[in-house]
Amino acid sequence: MRISLMTTCLVDVMTPDVARATVTLLERLGHQVVFDKRQTCCGQMHTNTGYYSEAAPVVRSFVDTYEPALESIDAIVMPSGSCAGCVREQHQLVAQHEEDSELEERAAAVSAKTYELSELLVDVLKVTDVGAYFPHSVTYHPTCHSMRVLKVGARPVKLLRGVEGIEVRNLPESDTCCGFGGTFSVKNDATSDAMVTDKAANVVSTGAEFVVAGDSSCLMNIGGKLRRIDAAPRSIHLAQVLASTREEPFLPSETILGRAS
Amino acid sequence: MSTVDLGIPSVRPQHASPSSNLRGEQSFPDAARDELGNEVLRGNLRHATATINGKRASAVREVRDWQKLRNAGSALKWQVTDHLPELLEQLEESVTAAGGVVHWARDGDEAGEIITRLALERGAEEVLKVKSMATQEIDLNETLAHAGIRAIESDLAELIVQLAEDTPSHILVPAIHRNRAQIREIFLAAMPDLDPSITDDPPELADAARRFLREKFLDMPGSVAISGANFAVADTGTLVVVESEGNGRMCLTLPKTLISVVGIEKIIPSFQDLEVFLQLLPRSSTGERMNPYTTLFSGVTPGDGPEEFHLVLLDNGRSAVLEDPEGRSALHCIRCSACLNVCPVYTRTGGHAYGSTYPGPIGAILSPQMTGMDGPDDPNTSLPYASSLCGACYDVCPVKIDIPKILVHLRAEDVDQRRETKGEYHGTWDMAMKGASKLMSSPRAYDAAVRSAGPLSKVLPGANIGKLPGILPLVPGWTDHRDLPKPGQSFRSWWDAREKDAAMQPGSDDDATAPGAGPASSTTEEQS
Amino acid sequence: MSEWADQRPAHTPGMSAKDEILARVRAALDVPRRDEITEAQDVPRAYQRADDKQEISTDRAKVRDVLVQRLEDYTAVVHRTTFDGAPAAIAAALGEAARVIVPPGVPASWTDDLDPEVTRDDGTLSPRGLDAIDAVLTGCHTAIALTGTIVLRGDDLGGRRAVSLVPDHHVVVVEAEQVVLGVPKGIERMGTDPGAAWTMISGPSATSDIELSRVEGVHGPRRLDVVLIEPAPEPTPEQDTDPRAQEQTA
Repeated sequence: MRISLMTTCLVDVMTPDVARATVTLLERLGHQVVFDKRQTCCGQMHTNTGYYSEAAPVVRSFVDTYEPALESIDAIVMPSGSCAGCVREQHQLVAQHEEDSELEERAAAVSAKTYELSELLVDVLKVTDVGAYFPHSVTYHPTCHSMRVLKVGARPVKLLRGVEGIEVRNLPESDTCCGFGGTFSVKNDATSDAMVTDKAANVVSTGAEFVVAGDSSCLMNIGGKLRRIDAAPRSIHLAQVLASTREEPFLPSETILGRAS
Repeated sequence: MSTVDLGIPSVRPQHASPSSNLRGEQSFPDAARDELGNEVLRGNLRHATATINGKRASAVREVRDWQKLRNAGSALKWQVTDHLPELLEQLEESVTAAGGVVHWARDGDEAGEIITRLALERGAEEVLKVKSMATQEIDLNETLAHAGIRAIESDLAELIVQLAEDTPSHILVPAIHRNRAQIREIFLAAMPDLDPSITDDPPELADAARRFLREKFLDMPGSVAISGANFAVADTGTLVVVESEGNGRMCLTLPKTLISVVGIEKIIPSFQDLEVFLQLLPRSSTGERMNPYTTLFSGVTPGDGPEEFHLVLLDNGRSAVLEDPEGRSALHCIRCSACLNVCPVYTRTGGHAYGSTYPGPIGAILSPQMTGMDGPDDPNTSLPYASSLCGACYDVCPVKIDIPKILVHLRAEDVDQRRETKGEYHGTWDMAMKGASKLMSSPRAYDAAVRSAGPLSKVLPGANIGKLPGILPLVPGWTDHRDLPKPGQSFRSWWDAREKDAAMQPGSDDDATAPGAGPASSTTEEQS
Repeated sequence: MSEWADQRPAHTPGMSAKDEILARVRAALDVPRRDEITEAQDVPRAYQRADDKQEISTDRAKVRDVLVQRLEDYTAVVHRTTFDGAPAAIAAALGEAARVIVPPGVPASWTDDLDPEVTRDDGTLSPRGLDAIDAVLTGCHTAIALTGTIVLRGDDLGGRRAVSLVPDHHVVVVEAEQVVLGVPKGIERMGTDPGAAWTMISGPSATSDIELSRVEGVHGPRRLDVVLIEPAPEPTPEQDTDPRAQEQTA
């Protein structure tokens, strides 16, 4: 399949290894990955903060990037539950706010081919054993938008269970938000901190080496807290686990979500 | 009715009276910061909400047609909002036919005036109250006090709050922020006859409340009681009060005069519809299959219960909520409080941080719509932002109010309002969002910016970014509490480098087992 | 006081509160919503059909078992008996009570052989008078099995509401044909007389107001005993236990 990678703005800049891992993984599975450099952002930050009018040009740019290529690609993949959720649920709202029915239609066409990574793997590529090797203990945090907007359900866990050498441990209060919430983490920083403090404590209580999730934003939040309190677990994206093999095992770097090269 | 022909008066929906308990003094982030510092509060909330969430989950799991019931509950509430004027008139007719008297109150002040007048006319010096959100909202006890009437709360949690001169912090359990030891202290201070050897065992505390209120209940004949209602059935004029302790039954049964204050949105179309709501409410609320007591009464019943019944139908900002088609479903709330108990924000800050009678996720969409959001300094303008948009509230809502969607919608209202007001659109956030929008809709400029982030951040020490001084806008909100990964080489720079490498070594790509995999996928030609 | 707190909502001169509220609501609803208007017939009642089906096909004895289990779950004491055994079961349920009050329509056979002093309510006893009574014995209108709910109508069998409220011990007699499975069927039965004074009771009074854990016994009766009269073990031709027949006669 020919798969267009939308890294998301945050991954491109802050956690680039997540996108690299996505490329490695998909190519290993025999697919062709394309990357359109006109991509910027899905517009979630603007939308969720109420800046619909400012989100509109970003959404338009997103649609302008992907719509012309829809014929030539099989799917668009985003290694993020909340960004894929924004494309699926919010682009139409933004278009409606701008009373731009043409944009709404085009956005819907793009949205129909857009998948979060675990959805792409399980639903489109029909694979749960991706041939990964990750001899570590992990605990899985089912980020809110993956769980409640996209309803990815057990897909990520199925993928993790297919990984050779992995030990998956239950995360207490796993379905409670980590406190990221986009600009919430800054606008309501004290409350957000209380939430991520509890999430980090739950992660630590599992004794796992890594906390895995499908969203770099939440992982940056949890991982950032773990680093600040000098706790041992590292945060790692599902793509990074799935990209890891015996030949090229994943080794964390000092940077949150980074990989030692 | 006035006989003067006013033509078509340009009546508009109105916000709640300013005297209502719907707006706090501080913005949510500031109020939350204070509450978060209270370790006892955090512990109390954590314990109580964990208990109730577990109970709710098992009560709901037991019902096989739960999602179907939610769908019906949601549709019924839409039916009510879509047909509210007709249903209100029908309710008035049926209550009147059953021997009740219907009063209409445009706002909290008017409701207070009506109730005070009714109580004074009946010579009441003391009135007993059943827990009611509506009377809390309109600050009725205070209004009555001004007229020399003492209102006594008969619900245990309301009594705790009243005796401690505190304010409620939860819809269902107003004293959720108090633990048993604190309640014991409150009782000892306020009940002079209480034996000081009382322990903080909940049954003993409940018994103390029973004895404290028993005399008042038994002396009620001839007096006035005030209640709210969970449902008002339009076709039969039946009011439904759902409770646990029996204080509701006492107040609805023993006094001579009963006054019920009911928001205009509490209507349900038909008696049959109770079969939906009496399944949804108890399981969502206290996590019981059915609450201990539900009283249904229509007007007055000769020889049984009050001789007089007055229904006060309250607008107080509800029409303003109704005016926004995207936000009006906030009025569908049946006050179960399930959204509070699952909310990661509420369970940490508690209810007082919201500054309104209606806290938690539902309060964050209801209060600002009832009062309006009056500019960036209005505390209620901060409420729609008091959520990480995790969506747990929507999952548990028995009538499927899409709270996260309305939160975002209200944020957009706030931003749009500011944008449309000349000279208001200049805050740090406005500027940052405008700038980011511009950058993120200009692929070329964005590409350059992304590539420079890594090199620029090299000036900072370490692998991650730690605490930063407050000179930068917005970022310290993050770095005060957690590290931030330091941008290195962006993905797109890595991609370019990989393409370049591949172009220089044609045919050497190990990944070429995949048809067309790897560098052949360059999309440089698509750029322009 | 800040600016936002000063604006009292406008009242239109010469307009009644009712007319003004209705006008406000109509004006608000003039702003159309995105979806279709919901009419009564649009409400999806799929839940109810499922329950109806279950209601008819479930064995009556099983339904009563559910009722008993749910009542006991909320600490009501259940006495299962037959028509002939009812007086003795009632006496047992009343226990040590010395003074008992009953609504006027309670069958004489329930009270004839009781030791305690029985008062037939004539509506004159004040709440204080009722407070001096040890127990109240009533019948009921309906019992809902799935929720463990007893439904009292303010009639000669259920009594005026104060009677079943003030005494600290409530003994209620439930007859087999009054038992339904779920809430919809219960509401349907109540709906035949919606204007009556109805009280739905599920267990003794309780509160969850202290740390959200349930504590039994606040203002309502702290003891609830349910005497359930069931068909005699050997089926007789007169006692038809076909649920359909019973639903129709109910």
